[in-house]
Amino acid sequence: MLEIKNLNASIGGSEILRGLSLCVRAGEVHAIMGPNGSGKSTLAQVVAGNDAYVVNSGSLLFDGQDLLALEPEERARRGIFLGFQYPVEIPGVNNAYLLKAAFNARRKHAGLSEIDAFEFLKLAKEKMAMLDMDPKFLNRGVNEGFSGGEKKRNEILQMAILEPRLAVLDETDSGLDIDALRAVANGVNALRGPDRAIILVTHYQRLLDYIEPDFVHVLSDGRIVRSGDKSLAPELEEKGYDWLREAANA
Amino acid sequence: MATDPDNIENLVNRRYRHGFVTDIESDSLPPGLDEGVVRAISARKNEPEFMLEWRLRAYRHWRKLKEPTWAHVHYPAIDYDAISYFSAPKSDADRPKSLDEVDPKLLETYDKLGIPLHERARLAGVAVDAVFDSVSVATTFKAKLAEAGVIFCPFSEAVQKHPELVQKYLGSVVPQRDNFFATLNSAVFSDGSFVYIPKGVRCPMELSTYFRINAANTGQFERTLIIADEDSHVSYLEGCTAPMRDENQLHAAVVELVALKNARIKYSTVQNWYPGDENGVGGIYNFVTKRGDCRGANSKISWTQVETGSAITWKYPSCILRGDNSVGEFYSVAVANNYQQADTGTKMIHIGRNTSSTIVSKGISAGHAQNAYRGLVRVMPQAAGARNHTQCDSLLIGKDCGAHTFPYMEIKNPSARIEHEATTSKISADQLFYCRQRGIAEEDAVNMIVNGFCKEVFKELPMEFAVEAQNLLNVSLEGAVG
Repeated sequence: MLEIKNLNASIGGSEILRGLSLCVRAGEVHAIMGPNGSGKSTLAQVVAGNDAYVVNSGSLLFDGQDLLALEPEERARRGIFLGFQYPVEIPGVNNAYLLKAAFNARRKHAGLSEIDAFEFLKLAKEKMAMLDMDPKFLNRGVNEGFSGGEKKRNEILQMAILEPRLAVLDETDSGLDIDALRAVANGVNALRGPDRAIILVTHYQRLLDYIEPDFVHVLSDGRIVRSGDKSLAPELEEKGYDWLREAANA
Repeated sequence: MATDPDNIENLVNRRYRHGFVTDIESDSLPPGLDEGVVRAISARKNEPEFMLEWRLRAYRHWRKLKEPTWAHVHYPAIDYDAISYFSAPKSDADRPKSLDEVDPKLLETYDKLGIPLHERARLAGVAVDAVFDSVSVATTFKAKLAEAGVIFCPFSEAVQKHPELVQKYLGSVVPQRDNFFATLNSAVFSDGSFVYIPKGVRCPMELSTYFRINAANTGQFERTLIIADEDSHVSYLEGCTAPMRDENQLHAAVVELVALKNARIKYSTVQNWYPGDENGVGGIYNFVTKRGDCRGANSKISWTQVETGSAITWKYPSCILRGDNSVGEFYSVAVANNYQQADTGTKMIHIGRNTSSTIVSKGISAGHAQNAYRGLVRVMPQAAGARNHTQCDSLLIGKDCGAHTFPYMEIKNPSARIEHEATTSKISADQLFYCRQRGIAEEDAVNMIVNGFCKEVFKELPMEFAVEAQNLLNVSLEGAVG
């Protein structure tokens, strides 16, 4: 589904990703781990198409299509979703309104008719019940005055409603208490399916206790230095990252 | 000597200043302003003596005034002698015969605004003799108003039919000598609306200029007077979201509102005069004086405005809170794109006891536009217990535009409680990326953010107006990002 080859990307002139390659097939869950500054968030932003990042070389294919030729909104409409590490506040814009516009943008792209506010609210309320969220959420401004945990839950709600084919969750677990973490995990696990893929960018093993990944990758200095199955995560927790970095540089 | 037919004849046929004779239709006057012109306007409208005298007093004073320069706007000097101060509405022969003859760009905008097909012809000034919906609506409408005792008619008709009301209230809120443009308007005003709501009457419907038949072309010097007698309520809508073009570049309107004891007036405006092209060429200069007088105790006046048009906007709808416990409100969205300049705001003058006022101003600047909020809160020594809350937010789109805030406060009573909040924000790249990542196109994302920014004001507008205002904003900011 997603094929990244030899990707080099930089922001503000400094190179962050250096020859990163990764292949994600439908039905898989990949966890990307690694120390601060290793390029995890950059990877997520580049897949989503943030133009603050410049891709210098390499390729990025989604279902065989060149993602680098597509605008962020075109990528989103094809089913790529980014759960932001720091979701931005958009004062005055109603949460439900943004979500409905996003939902209909995808439907329109798929050649389906747009749904009205009534149908949409019904759908949104179902998803919120699943995530154990207060329906009042819908009427607030997008992330406006939300706590850190609320913002992350809101990202998962958006994901649950949009049902992306590829979800990239950028440190969605950071700063969450145990209840919020469970809610987030429920949302992600509900999305798992043979047609979808999920990339979890995370610092900690903790999230992986709730969402079992098929693969774990360690990112260091802008490329993947180690890949393994789920047993790699506890090993990292125990030994830290330094031994991998040394091994990579050796 | 109110009317002297010979005199008018001479005027109309007089030699054009630059030395050649122009052939002028009998109901237009040549450019330039002198006492003769003022007399001619008054005579043309067959006005009573008091009206002519009133105009002449204004004219004589105006001659001594200088155009004000304090506003944060720049424009080439206006040659007041190059303006024609009276022109009758275009005759049907001069108008486009059908929509096929109308500027396609204008039609495209109507389309974007979702204006119904049968309205487009009227807005574009097409000569239609086939009567369309709004006329029959207007007839039912007039009957219903008459039943309630409400007077709603063109100003010139009020001068004829209700001279006592006009004489009593005209200039009682905006004095003739108030300012340069108001004084000019007092001398030469063409027409406008007149509303009187009798004691205890709640006006049964929103009064809209849209339904004001027989006064389609009120021209550049509009004059409006609304009087809400004791215990009455009225909501008045002015303007239209459709772009209005006009041959006259200078517009100087005056609006006066009088609210007597326990009366409420809600005045909503959507202003969309031609703003000039992308390079700032052309466009209307809009110098407006709007003021409401809460003359009676417990009265309330609320101004809501959405300003998107005009090359220059100079406008400060204000409230004089004279009655005890009276309330003044001002909700404003002012959009300036390309090379538009807006200097707008309000004045709240607290005179009565326990008076309160609310100001919510949202300024949006894009392109090379300059947008200034200018507001005055004055609490007089006798105004014990006065309260004001001002919120003044600016949103910038792009890097070449400007937002300016000039709040003035003159507080002469120690019991006053005054709050002022101001913010300036930009639509951030992060916000846009967030929306785009959810599949929303950049332009739609901008519209969404702008509408969110203005929500507090839009919710004050009557429902159908609010929807139109949102569309209007979207159209006004088209191409602002990219």
